[in-house]
Amino acid sequence: MKRVRAVVSGVWEFVAGDDWVSAAGIVLALSLTALISETSAAWFVLPPAVAGLLTLSVWRAARQRP
Amino acid sequence: MTGSEFGLAISVFLACAVESVEALTIVLAVGSTRSWRSALIGAGAAVIALTAITAALGPGLTSLPINTLRLVVGGLLLVFGLQWLRKAILRATGLKALHDEDEAFREERAAAAAAGAPHDGLDAYSFAISFKGVLLEGLEVVFIVLTFGANQHRVGLAALAAALAILAVVIAGLAVRAPLARVPENAMKFSVGVMLTSFGIFWGAEGAGARWPGGDAALLAVAPAVLAFSILLVWAFRRTNNAETLELGEGAGA
Repeated sequence: MKRVRAVVSGVWEFVAGDDWVSAAGIVLALSLTALISETSAAWFVLPPAVAGLLTLSVWRAARQRP
Repeated sequence: MTGSEFGLAISVFLACAVESVEALTIVLAVGSTRSWRSALIGAGAAVIALTAITAALGPGLTSLPINTLRLVVGGLLLVFGLQWLRKAILRATGLKALHDEDEAFREERAAAAAAGAPHDGLDAYSFAISFKGVLLEGLEVVFIVLTFGANQHRVGLAALAAALAILAVVIAGLAVRAPLARVPENAMKFSVGVMLTSFGIFWGAEGAGARWPGGDAALLAVAPAVLAFSILLVWAFRRTNNAETLELGEGAGA
């Protein structure tokens, strides 16, 4: 059980790193793209979402510095 | 070679070169302080493990339906791309210290020297540190090789670009016999971050069912837009950082 937990924790650390907010934001933005693409053009969702996430990520890191 | 294949090759080459420079510093420090033989065996074992991971996961990924593959790959590229870009932007603005290979080399050497006298035969410390360093630095490269390569069904091209980058770094390392401190690591990381994020936006949207105006040509607009926005962020956060530093200085002087 400990090993499974260690593997899951390692994969999470490798993928999400120290910024889980960006990872969650990307999942949300991709889901929204999939939802909108059912009925209309959806290519415009990701670019502003990524721009916002990058700005937020840099801003949060800048705030956290000593 | 198409434009996106060229982008794939450049992205993989740059990412692999940056990670190889960092891995080289670890191997050089351990090898020169304790045991060259054990450090090189450790590095070689890690390269074999990374090659095995690529060979094992590559066929599985390429057999996924194209839209599922693009959605998963696009999402992962975005997660990684944003991490690379964030760190590169923070370093470019002065909010995070630049990665100093000379400093990293000194720290690794000090740690290696403090670990006691090396054993005869295979030195476990040299092997383990070298293996771990190369494996950890290489995992991200394996991921980039697999995702870029599988998505365009060019895992071979991606692996070749990675191998060329490792070869270039090893030759440079042998030539100077010191950490490659003059390599513009942050500029390379910035470029890789822009490429990963751009391909992530493009493939992620396609995988989720969106269609880009202009088809593949849209990538030629997405990548410059990501680059321009990242440069804008560097400019904006540098201004904020300078203003805060000035304020702190004035506060201290008052």
